[in-house]
Amino acid sequence: MISPQQEVIIDVLVDHKPGVLHTVSNLFRRRAFNISSVAIGTSERDRVARMTLTMRGGEKEAVQLVRHLENLVDVIKAEIVDTEKAVVRELALVKIAPKPEDRLQILSFVDVYRAKIVHLSDESIIVEASGDSDKIDAFIELSRSFGLKEVARTGLTALSREQKQNGSQGNDVGW
Amino acid sequence: MEMSGANALIEALRGEKTQTVFGLPGGAIMPVYDVFYKMRDLPSELRIRHVLARHEQSAAHMADGYARASGRVGVCMSTSGPGATNLVTGMATAFMDSSPLVAITGQVARPFIGKDAFQETDIVGVVTSVTKYAFQARNASEIPQIVKSAFRIASTRRPGPVVIDIPRDVQQEMGVVDFTDRPVPKRHGPLPDPDPGIVARMADVLAKAKTPLIIAGGGVRIAEASQELVALAELLMCPVATSLMGKGCIPEDHPLSIGVMGMHGSSETNRIVSSADVLLIVGSRLSDRTTGNINKFCPNSQILCVDTDKAEIEKNKTPTISLVSDAKKALKAIHSDLAKRFAKKPGPHWFQKTKNDIDLSDLRKDGPYLSAVRAIRLLRKLLPRETIVTTEVGQNQMWSLAHFQAYGPRQFITSGGLGTMGFGFPAALGAKVACPDVPVLDIAGDGSFAMTENAMATSIEEQIPVTVVVLNNRMLGMVAQWHRMFYGRRYCGVELGRSPCFPKLAEAYGAAGVGVGDYKELSEAVMNALKSEITTVIDVPVSPEEDAAPMLAPGAGLEEVTIA
Repeated sequence: MISPQQEVIIDVLVDHKPGVLHTVSNLFRRRAFNISSVAIGTSERDRVARMTLTMRGGEKEAVQLVRHLENLVDVIKAEIVDTEKAVVRELALVKIAPKPEDRLQILSFVDVYRAKIVHLSDESIIVEASGDSDKIDAFIELSRSFGLKEVARTGLTALSREQKQNGSQGNDVGW
Repeated sequence: MEMSGANALIEALRGEKTQTVFGLPGGAIMPVYDVFYKMRDLPSELRIRHVLARHEQSAAHMADGYARASGRVGVCMSTSGPGATNLVTGMATAFMDSSPLVAITGQVARPFIGKDAFQETDIVGVVTSVTKYAFQARNASEIPQIVKSAFRIASTRRPGPVVIDIPRDVQQEMGVVDFTDRPVPKRHGPLPDPDPGIVARMADVLAKAKTPLIIAGGGVRIAEASQELVALAELLMCPVATSLMGKGCIPEDHPLSIGVMGMHGSSETNRIVSSADVLLIVGSRLSDRTTGNINKFCPNSQILCVDTDKAEIEKNKTPTISLVSDAKKALKAIHSDLAKRFAKKPGPHWFQKTKNDIDLSDLRKDGPYLSAVRAIRLLRKLLPRETIVTTEVGQNQMWSLAHFQAYGPRQFITSGGLGTMGFGFPAALGAKVACPDVPVLDIAGDGSFAMTENAMATSIEEQIPVTVVVLNNRMLGMVAQWHRMFYGRRYCGVELGRSPCFPKLAEAYGAAGVGVGDYKELSEAVMNALKSEITTVIDVPVSPEEDAAPMLAPGAGLEEVTIA
C-alpha cells in the first residue's frame, strides 16, 4: 500500500519513435499529474524505449496515470514499480569548486558515498554519484559547504529484480 | 507497386471503403486534390465523393455527423496552417464525444518543416490533447500503413479523432507502396471478452437489488448495444436513464425509459436515479453534467461500472465492481447470467413514471412568441420516427434533450462533451450524406446557427437537403438564462439584436427560408421542408425570457432542482 503524497515510480515501455516523449509529457500536463522526474533511454528490445517516471501522489492517482498512459497509442506497457522488489538508482554529476584546504576532505566524503571523481582541475572537481534519491540529496547537501557549483541529475531509473513474464505483450511493438 | 504519395492516400482511403471526404483545399494539399480531379473519369463506384465545405470547422463537423449517424469513420481534409487549425475545434468535439474521425492535413514540404514557412503549423503538436493519435508521413511508402493504422485507431475500443499530416512533397514523390494488411498490435485490437467472474458478481448484486437502475451513456451507442440494453432492462424490469450522449439508446417512449438525467434532466428522472440501490452504469464517464455534484451523487448506492476505457472506471466515481469491456458483450453476458435465474425479476415494480405529456390540441399562442418547448414537442409529433435530429448548443439543445424524444441510438446527434456552438448544422449535413433516405433536422438557436450558417452554401451546391428550425430568441439564450439566474439579470454580450433575418439569409444562399408566426404555420413549414429538395430554414420567434428548465445549479446534487 502506498501512502498518499509519496513518490511513486512508474515503468513505461514505449515505441521508440519521434514525438513519443511529447505525447507522454503532454499527458502529465494536460491531466495535471505531478511528475518530478523522467528518465528515458533505449531498452533491451529494438525500437522500444524505457521511461522511468517519478510522480508525487497517492496510489489512486498513480493507478489512474498508468491507465491513461496505457491508452496512449505509443505506450506498450506501463506499471507501478514495487520499490521493495526493485533496484532503483539515480546518477548525478556534481561540480564543486573547493578551497584548496578542503580538497582532501572532499576526497574522503566522496569515498564514504561510494561516489567517484571523474574530473579534477585546479578550479573544480566533478563527482559522479549514484544511488537512490535520498543518498544523492544528502551528497548534494553536504557539497554545499564545500563550494557547490552545478548539479546534473538523471532522474530515477528502476528495474524489478524478478524475472518478468513477457506474456502476450512480448513483441507487440508499433503500428 | 510504385505511385505518388497522393495516389497512395486515395488508394488507401478506398481500401477503407471511404465514400466521402469533407474538405476544403489549399496550397499544401493540392497534389491530393489533383487525384480527386482525375477520379472524375472513373466509374462512380470507384470515385470518392468530395464535399466542399466553406470553412474547415464545418468540414470536421460534417465528417463527425457522418460518423455518428452511420457508425463509420468520417473523413475530413484541409490544407496546412489555418486550414489545419480550423479543424481543431471539430477534432476536440469528436474527441470529447468519442466519435471516429480521420482528419487529413496538408503540410509544408519536408525541407521547410520547422522553418516557419508560409502556412506552416505544427498540427501534430497542436492536436496532441484532442486526438487519439497524430501521424506525420515522412515518405510516400509509409502512407498505406499510416492510413490503415489511423482508421483502426479511430474506430477501435473507444473511438476518437486521428490526424494524418502529409507534407506536400511527400504527396508528390513516387514511392514503393504496399497495401497488404498487417496484424493490429493486440494492445490496440478489440478488448478480450468480459471476465465471467466479474460478470457473475455483477449479476449477483443486480439479482439481489431492490431498486436497480441502468444508466446508459454514449458507449452503448458506439457499441451498437441498444438491443442488449433493452433486453437487460426488461429482464430486470428496471428503469433506464441515459446521459445526453446515450439519449435514444433505449427508445424514449419505452415504458422503462425515464429519459436523460443530469443538469437538465427532469426532476422525476433525477429523483428515480437517486433512489436506486444499485446502479449499473454502462459506457458513461459520469461527467459533471450527468451526475450533478459528484459528492452528492447516489452516495448510498452500489455502483457497477462497465466501460471500454479503463481510465474512465474510477476517474470521476469509484465503483463497487468494475468491468472493462465492450458494452455489447458485457450487457449480453450479464443478461445471460441473470436469465438463468429468472425470466423476469420477481418483486414489485419499484418506480412510478408520470405521463409527461403536454397538451398539443390547443396551440394558440400567447403574444408574439411561440413556446420553444411546445414547438419541439410539435416537431416530434410531425417528424417520422426514423428522423435524425441534430442540435446546436445552448437552450435549443437542452429543450431538445428534455422534450424531443429520441427513438434510436443514432437519431439524436449533439455536441455533448465540448458543447460546440455551430456543430448542429454541418453535422446534419454529414448525417444526411450518410443516410440520404432519412429526414434530417437541426434544432438550432439563432446564436449557434450563425456560427456555421455558411455551410448552407455546401448544402445547396452539393444538394444535401436538411431542415433547420431556428428557435430564435435574439439572444445567446443559455448565457442570458445564467445572467437571470446567477447574475441579477445583468445581461452582457448576449443580446443579438435583429440581424440577420434568417429567412432572407437562407434565400441568399439559394435555400428556402420561412418565417412562421404560429404553430399552424410551423407545422406547414416543417411538412413542406420534409418534402423539399433544398434545405429549408424555419425561423421560429421564441421569447428571450423562456428558460431551459428544469435545471440544477452548478455544484448542486441531482435531487436539488433550481428551477422547475
